[in-house]
Amino acid sequence: MATKKPAKKKPAKQTKAKATEKTATVFIMGKAHKVPADATIMGAIEYAGYQIKRGAGCREGFCGACATVYRLPGDYKIYTGLACTTLVEEGMWLSQLPAIPDQKPIYNLNKLEPNVSTFQKLFPELFRCVACNTCTKACPQDLEVMDYIQAAIRGDIEKVMDLSFDCLSCGLCAIRCPAEIVQYNVGLLAKRLYGKYLSKESKQLKKRIKEVKRHKYDKEYKEFKKMKKEELKKKYYERDLE
Amino acid sequence: MYPESMRPSLEKVIQTRNKRFELAKSGKPVFPPMSAEEREEVLNEFHPDYKPDSRRKIRLGPNKGENLTTEVTDMLESHSRIKPELFDLTRPDYETDILIIGGGGAGCAAAIIAMENGAKSIISTKLRLGDANSMMSQGGMQAAVPEKDSPACHYLDAIGGGHFDNKPDLVRALTEDGPDVVKWLEDLGVVWDKLEDGSLQVLHGGGTSRKRMHSCRDYTGAIIMRTLMDKVRNNPDKISILEFMPIVELILDNKGRCAGGVLYNLETEEYFTVKARATIIATGGYGRLHIRGYDTTNHYGATGDGLVIAYRAGAKLLFMDSVQYHPTGSVFPEQIAGFLITEKIRGAGGQPLNKQGKLFVFPREPRDVESSAFIKECLERHNGIKTPSGRLGVWLDSPLIEMIQGEGYINKQFPAMHRQFIRYGIDITKEPMLVYPSLHYQNGGVEINEKCETNIPGLYVAGEASGGVHGRNRLMGNSVLDYNVFGRRAGIYAAQHTKSAKLGTLTLEHIRNFENELKKARVKTDLITPILLPSYTPEDVRKRQVTAHYEGTLR
Ligand SMILES: Cc1cc2nc3c(=O)[nH]c(=O)nc-3n(C[C@H](O)[C@H](O)[C@H](O)COP(=O)(O)OP(=O)(O)OC[C@H]3O[C@@H](n4cnc5c(N)ncnc54)[C@H](O)[C@@H]3O)c2cc1C
Ligand code: SF4
Ligand code: SF4
Ligand code: FES
Repeated sequence: MATKKPAKKKPAKQTKAKATEKTATVFIMGKAHKVPADATIMGAIEYAGYQIKRGAGCREGFCGACATVYRLPGDYKIYTGLACTTLVEEGMWLSQLPAIPDQKPIYNLNKLEPNVSTFQKLFPELFRCVACNTCTKACPQDLEVMDYIQAAIRGDIEKVMDLSFDCLSCGLCAIRCPAEIVQYNVGLLAKRLYGKYLSKESKQLKKRIKEVKRHKYDKEYKEFKKMKKEELKKKYYERDLE
Repeated sequence: MYPESMRPSLEKVIQTRNKRFELAKSGKPVFPPMSAEEREEVLNEFHPDYKPDSRRKIRLGPNKGENLTTEVTDMLESHSRIKPELFDLTRPDYETDILIIGGGGAGCAAAIIAMENGAKSIISTKLRLGDANSMMSQGGMQAAVPEKDSPACHYLDAIGGGHFDNKPDLVRALTEDGPDVVKWLEDLGVVWDKLEDGSLQVLHGGGTSRKRMHSCRDYTGAIIMRTLMDKVRNNPDKISILEFMPIVELILDNKGRCAGGVLYNLETEEYFTVKARATIIATGGYGRLHIRGYDTTNHYGATGDGLVIAYRAGAKLLFMDSVQYHPTGSVFPEQIAGFLITEKIRGAGGQPLNKQGKLFVFPREPRDVESSAFIKECLERHNGIKTPSGRLGVWLDSPLIEMIQGEGYINKQFPAMHRQFIRYGIDITKEPMLVYPSLHYQNGGVEINEKCETNIPGLYVAGEASGGVHGRNRLMGNSVLDYNVFGRRAGIYAAQHTKSAKLGTLTLEHIRNFENELKKARVKTDLITPILLPSYTPEDVRKRQVTAHYEGTLR
């Protein structure tokens, strides 16, 4: 695959991959395209000639920009996945979701308390959860989404933090939820509450910050700065390793 | 699942594992670290930067006559997207205190701190807020917190890793602010990995003499980035976010001060002008230039735009002759070629092995050295492992981690990595990964001082777009720290600047001047920059894209 103007891909030193010969037919927003059978959905969309604007961010499964819904032949189910990490299948009918309508309460973390009433106030719709587990089934990260929503309802912030830790805010759970809950924002608030209020304090961190403020390291810094490159080099290669 | 052809080598990895485990447990170095001379030798012979055609002299602008990475020179010797005469700068479309270009970590940190210092800002960003390299860091952030460590130790590690080229004041700022950044982020709600007693969990990284890598499992960047974004979004009256609206040029005033920028709406193809008393470039790196044809770990929008717009406005670049290749990009399966495998894997005891299942390098050399050693092992010693599609790589033995750190460690500490591979039937708790260097980080950038100031008054730069902090080679964990330290500093000093800054008449004259310089230097190019997005359209599709008269998307 070539890159735009300046970055005409020169052959790398190591041998490049040969294009696979096997192809699959996929329907991108309804239009049929032949694409490499082992392509990711994102690779297939680009192979077909689309220049993605919305629908790609990190391209490695971290940002959640590439939420995709699809169906497979002879199967009544709607599937959800990340375009950057899901492989195409023969006959797949797919569409990316360019954006997910978001709803996020505005808050000041400094004024919140880490308890259930905070969730009651900011996410009253949480209590509409019917425990249908659709969110969990939709999650491309295989998170226990329903369980973290239930934990939020109980005010178990640590549990919400733990279960939602790897959430990408891709929005696929929210778009499928019959109770119209925006799960990822619930998870995010729980993580922030946990980090700020519930996680145990590090004494050493406080101590070190004080030491820096009291200019404990000034002298060493000044000495380093005065050193000639050779001197600094010597010091570097002689330093002891933990 | 690994194919049959790779099995014999996998067997060797298993055969050598117990012995390697015994040695690792003994606490002795598992392989002798290189001396200064050995490092130099392997770099000279095998680092992609040291190939004869890897650099090219730039013919115009503030760095005229200097050798820069060839692809960077190509990108800088190019035309603007705009015609200056089409813009009425007396009536800007937006006005604000600070224009922040780039909604990654540095941009968001700057906006938050600027707000706390009384300045309002607009964040212009190319994709969505947080679609950025900052979202992707897995391994962690260095900060000299532990008792056994000190900011001075951290300083020495960073400057040695950077081959002693780093600007000392910047390294001091980086290392001295470190502990406070850990605290600042925790107060914003970042969930650091901790031990039972509340002390922060720390690991080694490449080139560290002390354990000081702080992490949030292997979603460090995602946790920090989303926390910063949430804080930004909770203050809509102080920080406006313009998504899919990249800046394509800076605006100056008649005294040469930075006065804002020109926005481009990626979707409607309209242009807008922003007037601001201070401007912060936080556009990140350039992995999507695919330098020397390498795969990259970077996000979709990493096209080095900040370098272009700053250069045209007259800002000086530093260390743009050095490129960071991350030693452990994945090479198998094909679909995830180039994806990052965090250095934390080696920090936790993972070992790089050749075809014979043998260690051939100390696992935690600085990145450029480690990468060069991998390339040497594959290309010179022919000890690499070949994939069915013809790529070469070396093993990264992850099952060893479970032996050293205890069972379950990988699932707890590396959920992202585990997920990445299990999709393809490879369980990294039981089988190693195959790796090869991948284009990772822009070591240099726009030259700054410890206040993030550039040689253009009113123009600040922070994060990966800046140059000087890391010399010619950044250590793992120092760029997450970098975008926090210098994002915050840019926020403070830009906010202070807005209190007294006055602007004259706004102008895009520098764009015209640059165009003239191109002519004078006899540069012949069709290239228009900033590049904004790479294109992965295959050649045969492109051949059919032959619209004769382009009228834009709206007609
Ligand atoms: C996969 C990966 C893993 C990493 N792991 C680690 C790690 O473990 N530890 C570590 O220390 N470092 C790590 N790094 C490096 C580190 O994450 C980055 O260097 C750092 O996050 C850069 O932050 P930034 O804010 O400067 O840039 P970014 O976070 O990249 O943000 C730049 C933003 O600017 C936007 N932008 C670009 N051009 C324009 C334009 N013209 N107009 C408007 N906006 C624009 C981009 O879209 C993006 O949103 C990793 C990097 C990658 C890619
Ligand atoms: S919890 Fe929801 S938003 Fe988060 S990754 Fe899963 S589906 Fe996506
Ligand atoms: S989809 Fe909605 S209603 Fe169903 S379990 Fe999940 S949160 Fe509850
Ligand atoms: S593009 Fe970021 S998760 Fe797919």
